[in-house]
Amino acid sequence: MLEIRNLHASVEDREILRGIDLTVRSGEVHAIMGPNGSGKSTLAGVLAGRDAYAVTEGEVLYEGKNLLEMDPEERAREGVFLAFQYPVEIPGVTNTYFLRAAVNAIRKHRGESELDAGAFLKLVREKMKLIQLKDDLLKRPVNEGFSGGEKKRNEIFHMAVLDPKLAILDETDSGLDIDALRAVADGVNALRGPNRSMLVITHYQRLLQYIVPDRVHILANGRIVKSGGKELALELEEKGYAGLGIEDRVPAGV
Amino acid sequence: MATALNSELSTSKTHLDAFTELEKSMPGHDLPTIARLRRAAIARFGELGFPGERDEDWKFTNVGPIVRTPMRYDNGLSPCVECGSLPHGVQVLSLKEGLNRFSELIESHLGQYADFKQHPFVALNTAFWRDGLFIYIPPGAVVEPITVVWSTEHQSDIPALYYRRLLIVVGTEAQFTLVEDYHGIPQTHYLTNAVTEIVLGERALVDHYKIQHESPNAYHLATTQVVAPYKSNFSTHYFGMGGELVRNEVRVKFTGSHAEATVNGLYLARGTQHMDNHTVIDHAMPHCASHELYKGILDDKARGVFNGKIFVRLDAQKTDAKQTNQTLLLSDDATINTKPQLEIYADDVKCTHGATVGQLDEQQLFYLRSRGIGADQARSLLTYAFANDIVSRIQVPSLRQKLERTLLEANHLPKLEEGE
Repeated sequence: MLEIRNLHASVEDREILRGIDLTVRSGEVHAIMGPNGSGKSTLAGVLAGRDAYAVTEGEVLYEGKNLLEMDPEERAREGVFLAFQYPVEIPGVTNTYFLRAAVNAIRKHRGESELDAGAFLKLVREKMKLIQLKDDLLKRPVNEGFSGGEKKRNEIFHMAVLDPKLAILDETDSGLDIDALRAVADGVNALRGPNRSMLVITHYQRLLQYIVPDRVHILANGRIVKSGGKELALELEEKGYAGLGIEDRVPAGV
Repeated sequence: MATALNSELSTSKTHLDAFTELEKSMPGHDLPTIARLRRAAIARFGELGFPGERDEDWKFTNVGPIVRTPMRYDNGLSPCVECGSLPHGVQVLSLKEGLNRFSELIESHLGQYADFKQHPFVALNTAFWRDGLFIYIPPGAVVEPITVVWSTEHQSDIPALYYRRLLIVVGTEAQFTLVEDYHGIPQTHYLTNAVTEIVLGERALVDHYKIQHESPNAYHLATTQVVAPYKSNFSTHYFGMGGELVRNEVRVKFTGSHAEATVNGLYLARGTQHMDNHTVIDHAMPHCASHELYKGILDDKARGVFNGKIFVRLDAQKTDAKQTNQTLLLSDDATINTKPQLEIYADDVKCTHGATVGQLDEQQLFYLRSRGIGADQARSLLTYAFANDIVSRIQVPSLRQKLERTLLEANHLPKLEEGE
């Protein structure tokens, strides 16, 4: 599904990713953990196609295709989804209108006909139940005035509607209380399946109690320094980054 | 009968001569108050002349093309009025007819607020109006929206000059919604010179909308003057889309305390359109609040001007005034001159202003694209969203839906479905 080979990426000439190798197979859930400044969000951004990052070396294959050559929208249409750490507010466009445009762009790409209003509404209702999203959030402008928890839940709702093959969850747990975290995790778990892979990026082990990963990777200073099963997250929780010999600090300038 | 002005209008003398010729045929010429008003206005125009570059208020808007275009005076038809059933006592009449039936009322208000002494085009309108509309809402009446539609006639060789005049008198505690709609036959060349005076009674509530979609070749010069007394509440939304050279002024004067005004606007300019928005909010009395939000979207080589004056007079303590101006530039060749002008003489007030000029937000663009929406459609959607922020504030559902559709079509976006 996803193969990252020796990926190097920089922001404004500062190298953040320094040679990442990672293989995610269909249906697998991988957790990427790491201290602040380790490059977690950069990895998510590079995979989704954020143009603030320059890839200087290496390659990323998605279903055998060169992912880095694709525009962000093309990646999305091919089935890559990024749940944002900081979901963006779009005043003036309702959540539903926005999602219908996205769904139809993806369907068009796949050679399918556009969904009419009725069919789209049916899809939305179905997915809302899964995520337990409040009805009025559909008619409100995208993320505008949403609470932190509602924004994150809305991201998972988008994911449910867009039905991606590879979902990247960038610190979906940040800023959530335990109830919101559980609700978001329930939504994510409901979307797990043999045809969907996930990269769950998080600073804390907490989220992984609810979304149990197949593999855990620890990212430090732009490299994966340790990989293991789900027990690695627990070990990290016990010993801390320092206990595993990893510095948890914010580098100067971040 | 149309009177042609074959020589250029560049000398105000042409207008003075025309006035002498037309005066006896104008409505109200037999009413001393109206005749005096017209004469005072044309005399003042004679002194002011047309504004030039050195006139601070017209620094960024060159009226040369208007002044140099030979035009003919139009007969001045009264506008089309669309309204539901009107409560007892509500009057909706052409100004001409109004002068026959309610001359005292009209004489006591007409030309008393829109200041022809300071404004050459208001002076011309006050001197030359041929017909217009008079609306009277009696105290306490609650009136369904009234739409006033001004349209143009078929084009002759000489561009037409339309003087549009509206007088709205709203009684104490009345509630009233007014929609002004200016449009013209596409590709025709004409000038609209419009003056609207709206006088609110105490505790009255008026919701005003102005839709300006003149022919892309037209000129539109307009002033809306509002008088807001004690505890009245006035709200206006301007939507400017048409016209080659447009100057729209909205002026609100608080004449009593505890009044509130909302002054919002949206203008969309492309090609070589020039759109100038001037607003003046005069906090002459204490404890009044004004909220102002103007947004502009400029594409191609369009030029925009925003000038927002707020006066807070010495006695206007506890004023709460907020002004925001946001401009979206979609092309490198589009330009905007934006200028807030706050003159504050009272010391216990809250006044804020802010202006932003920029392109579409990169974070928002990426967010949309990351969901599969193509770059072009994402830009369209964000442009629509920027404008819809104003449109969504319209309280008249049919008007809001109509403008939403216009915006979506202009941005090549799919229709809205129910619930969106």
